[in-house]
Amino acid sequence: MSDTPPFVDRLRYSRFWPMLWKEFIQIRRDRLTLGMILVLPAAQLLLFGYAIQTDVRHLPTVVLDESRTSESRALVTTLMNSGVFDPAGEVADRATARRALDAGTANAALVIPPEYGREVAAGRTATVQMLVDAADPQTAGAAISGAQLGAQARATQIIAERVSLANPLDMRVRPLYNPAQRSAVFIVPGVIGVLLTITLTLITATAIVRERERGTLEQLIVTPIGKTSLMLGKLVPFVIVGYVQMTVVLTMGWVFFRVPIVGSLPLLYLLTIPFIIASLGVGLLISTVARSQAQAMQLSFFFMLPNILLSGYLFPRMSMPLPAQVVGLALPLTYYLKILRGLMLKGTGFADLWRPTGSLVVLAVLLFTISVRRFHKTIE
Amino acid sequence: MTAPATQGPTVVTEGLRKVFGSLVAVERLDLTINRGEVFGLLGPNGSGKTTTIRMLCGLMAPTEGRATVVGFDVEREAEGVRTRIGYMSQRYGLYDDLTAYENMRFYATVYGLHGRARDERLEQHIAEMGLGERRNQLAGTLSGGWKQRLALGCATAHEPEMLFLDEPTAGVDPAARRDFWASIYALAARGTTILVTTHYMDEAERCQRLAFLSRGKLIGLGTVDEITTQFGQPTIEDVFIALQRKDEGAHA
Repeated sequence: MSDTPPFVDRLRYSRFWPMLWKEFIQIRRDRLTLGMILVLPAAQLLLFGYAIQTDVRHLPTVVLDESRTSESRALVTTLMNSGVFDPAGEVADRATARRALDAGTANAALVIPPEYGREVAAGRTATVQMLVDAADPQTAGAAISGAQLGAQARATQIIAERVSLANPLDMRVRPLYNPAQRSAVFIVPGVIGVLLTITLTLITATAIVRERERGTLEQLIVTPIGKTSLMLGKLVPFVIVGYVQMTVVLTMGWVFFRVPIVGSLPLLYLLTIPFIIASLGVGLLISTVARSQAQAMQLSFFFMLPNILLSGYLFPRMSMPLPAQVVGLALPLTYYLKILRGLMLKGTGFADLWRPTGSLVVLAVLLFTISVRRFHKTIE
Repeated sequence: MTAPATQGPTVVTEGLRKVFGSLVAVERLDLTINRGEVFGLLGPNGSGKTTTIRMLCGLMAPTEGRATVVGFDVEREAEGVRTRIGYMSQRYGLYDDLTAYENMRFYATVYGLHGRARDERLEQHIAEMGLGERRNQLAGTLSGGWKQRLALGCATAHEPEMLFLDEPTAGVDPAARRDFWASIYALAARGTTILVTTHYMDEAERCQRLAFLSRGKLIGLGTVDEITTQFGQPTIEDVFIALQRKDEGAHA
């Protein structure tokens, strides 16, 4: 008689372990999967952290100063100091300015007419023009607001010089949570969500479909392995991989981009569980529908697209049309992003996160139940 | 080898029937396969061989009738059946990205072998199967004959009482087939019951008893001699061809 309690023996001799062992050997040997697991987090992080800057600054700007007075030079200095515009040289006439915009060497052109200095000195309203390349609305928006703010700032200075008058209104804006407004701070938490979605849906689905394609799934069903051990042995490795990826991204986000984790780290890992279960549900569901690995990949990408566009990962959900917002409500990532950003950037506690957590749990239970049922049917 | 669950026949089917929609795949099959027997299931494509094997392995539920394998009901006691049988399909069920040894170790553990007992059993089994020189090669890079031998090794490391072979030698060269059959006879000599489906007539003639299926119905049962006599043909191959013609005639 063995003196270990029966549940210990049951756990030790569970058929889940050989599945786990085999799965990790396969992950290690499959270069494509390994690449996706190791390279993808780094690539995503560097790509979205460095390359994609949603804050538009340093627009090359040419200046046509026909006034050539101290007044006109003061205006140019004020505008360039805002950081939105960078000097890209002086031009002699409007045609040259326009050509610079056409060629794309400049995004904006500032035109100061000859009478500018005189008008300002006489106390009349002086007119200046800013030509903006509005092909890219985001750039244009930054240029337009930059120009307006710069002009207002200069106007206030001029008035203050003329009459010693206290500024009647002073709006002080204080950006919270991400004071420097760096896009990396906004994007990095999202990268965690997107990576987990890829690992838990795409990689999991293809791993299961591969077993069916090669006939090993049928072989397994004939063995005494049991549905639960089979499924858990297939899913748990990717949960572990997901948590490792998350840890890597959190560390790299801190090291390279100083993305903080203001809130509770254990709570972050804990609240990730419902998201993992929901995503595995989707992966399992895809595996029951797809007939080949290629199909599983296509379906996964089809699922990824709304996740990236509609979840609030890159674009704010508030400004989306209603149908897009409704679709976003069905995506687990939408809620997980709120949890990620809340915990990492704002230090929100569970008391303020129960809403997205609750929605996520409901989605997770729903998706996982449906897909496990379907999965069990397909292996019978 | 572990003691058999029962002393009676290894496989008993009573009125076993499987229907897919309007198609009757297997029609009220009554079969008895004895312990240690090498039993062949023959028939043209679509005659119900694979469906029969799948029902006996618990991969598919019968529409009607019942079957016991090694003393366990295939529907109600599937767990008991699964731990005591081995199954090798035409597709072999090997993991290409695992080595020969890792494949065997994986299946042996899934069948409930653990620790030192498993490792010792695997060493012995690898030696018996002659897999030693390929043990660290990835299964995906093995030739057809080696894959087949490995698949048989994976299906028998846990010393099953009953072994199901579904067209095991499809696409394998004659020398490998001869080796394969030598292993089959060695297993049978130690008391393993073997059910094999095949297209090859020389293989059919190696079976101790044969069951002929035609469009889901059992139409002939017995030794090679009994069957050739029953159908009035000189060889099993002639019986097969005659049956296939009759089938095709009935379809046309």
